[in-house]
Amino acid sequence: MRMKRIVSQTKFETVSVLRNGEQLLLSLVFPLGLLIFLSQTPLLRGIGIIEPTADPLTIALPGALGLSLASSAFTGQSIATAFDRRYGVLRQLATTPLGTNGLVLGKLGAVIAVVLIQYALVFAVACALGFRGPVDVFALILATLFGTAALLSLGLLMAGTLRAEATLAATNLIWVLMAGVGGLIVAHPGEWGTVVGYLPSGALGDAMRAAIGDGGIDIKAIIVLLAWGLVGTLAARRWFRFE
Amino acid sequence: MSSSALTIRGLHYSYGAHRVVDGIDLTAETGAVLGVLGPNGAGKSTTISLAVGTRRPDAGTVEIFGHDPVRDHLTTSQLAGVMLQDGGLPMSSKPLQVLRHLASLYENPLPVQELADPLGLNDFAGRTMRRLSGGQKQRVALAAALIGRPQLVFLDEPCAGLDPQAREVVHTFIRELADRGVAVVLTTHDLVEAEELSDEVVVIDRGRIIAQGAPEELRNASAAARSLTIDLDSPVSDRLIDRIAAIAPASAQGSTITVEGAPDSARIAAVCTAVAEADVQIIDIGMHSQSLADVFFELTGRPLR
Repeated sequence: MRMKRIVSQTKFETVSVLRNGEQLLLSLVFPLGLLIFLSQTPLLRGIGIIEPTADPLTIALPGALGLSLASSAFTGQSIATAFDRRYGVLRQLATTPLGTNGLVLGKLGAVIAVVLIQYALVFAVACALGFRGPVDVFALILATLFGTAALLSLGLLMAGTLRAEATLAATNLIWVLMAGVGGLIVAHPGEWGTVVGYLPSGALGDAMRAAIGDGGIDIKAIIVLLAWGLVGTLAARRWFRFE
Repeated sequence: MSSSALTIRGLHYSYGAHRVVDGIDLTAETGAVLGVLGPNGAGKSTTISLAVGTRRPDAGTVEIFGHDPVRDHLTTSQLAGVMLQDGGLPMSSKPLQVLRHLASLYENPLPVQELADPLGLNDFAGRTMRRLSGGQKQRVALAAALIGRPQLVFLDEPCAGLDPQAREVVHTFIRELADRGVAVVLTTHDLVEAEELSDEVVVIDRGRIIAQGAPEELRNASAAARSLTIDLDSPVSDRLIDRIAAIAPASAQGSTITVEGAPDSARIAAVCTAVAEADVQIIDIGMHSQSLADVFFELTGRPLR
């Protein structure tokens, strides 16, 4: 019965995301656009991020996967939650048998459902562009789960403490920063690379780049994501306000 | 076994140093409407969120059919339906989608059409919640409160923003709920509504209950419950008002006499005789029965806060 309610909430939230134009732009169009752009233009070779003979898909694919996760687990979900909070939707659902925990699990379920759709499309396009592996599936699953935990908990923390407009602005800005300078899409050299390696964006990027190709599991990156997930979850439990 | 659907004892809740709920005791009976009245910020909505367990009280107990709404949320949430003041429904979905989703969260929900038809939700079923008028949203929110077949319903300002027709529909709905044995807790600052619908009224101000009883009892208990007003064709003379004051407490202002207290026939006759003997004519005579609104203002004061 409890499971049925959580599944119902998962379906409802998933359909809401898939019906929302801005969410689709963020979760599907941008990651797929990034995949095509980075793999089909000489940019990555030109700025020396990869060797002239290397396949740009080894950077473009993990980048698109990481950006997918950042879009749906972080920016998309925190904006949706922030406005649900503003309109009293969270309070209303908390009075139903779904309850607070069911609500959070439903959101987690919806994020996972949307991520699976994103991954399917991203992999399909990557294969069409000539990607032939290898992929460490277990490493990819670990990166996805711990990345989701870190990003979703931090996104919900913002949604539950800031005003809806502030959440909208901040999570969009952070999305741009994660993608541009946060190590999510390309690893940064030098000290900056070390710094972002300890941030959720850089750790997720490292974990993804290791999983696609033959890097396997990036233990350090997974531990960093786990730590952020714990901090985010504890902080959200402590400070999240329904109104 | 008592028929109490909701029992609240010694409820306290503070936001920081501000005591929003400061020792409230309440009982809602099955088959009756309990009107909760009070000015804005009196603590009505906070009391509701404490009653349904979305907040934990600082002190005091809440029981819904004997169950604690925080510890035993799964049981109480099946028993109690809630209509929040600001709607609380997902904006990007359509009304019937929202109701079908909410129905899926309960064990034994009502069929959606059983609420959609009488509340007229089909007229705007094609629009998303975001595009509905305030009154339309209110009707969906009422349906949302009732979809789980609750035995106790909390309605926070259910008629705010409704046009007279919709208000009539909602009022009939609320009375029918009570007639079917549901306990209804209705917060409102519409005093006419409270008087019309409630079997029992509590008035809350500054987090405390300052009056409680059946609407008639409250009206009658009030100091200036009833009075008799007589307008004359000329100013009231001192001699006349002295004579009338000997019959009952009375005062004069210009050409108007006000006689305090319940104006029974004997008193009216005595006062009119005195007027006739003074050889002045009566232009108008009225019996003023105090409304719940007068009681409310008397209790909570008129200034805006």
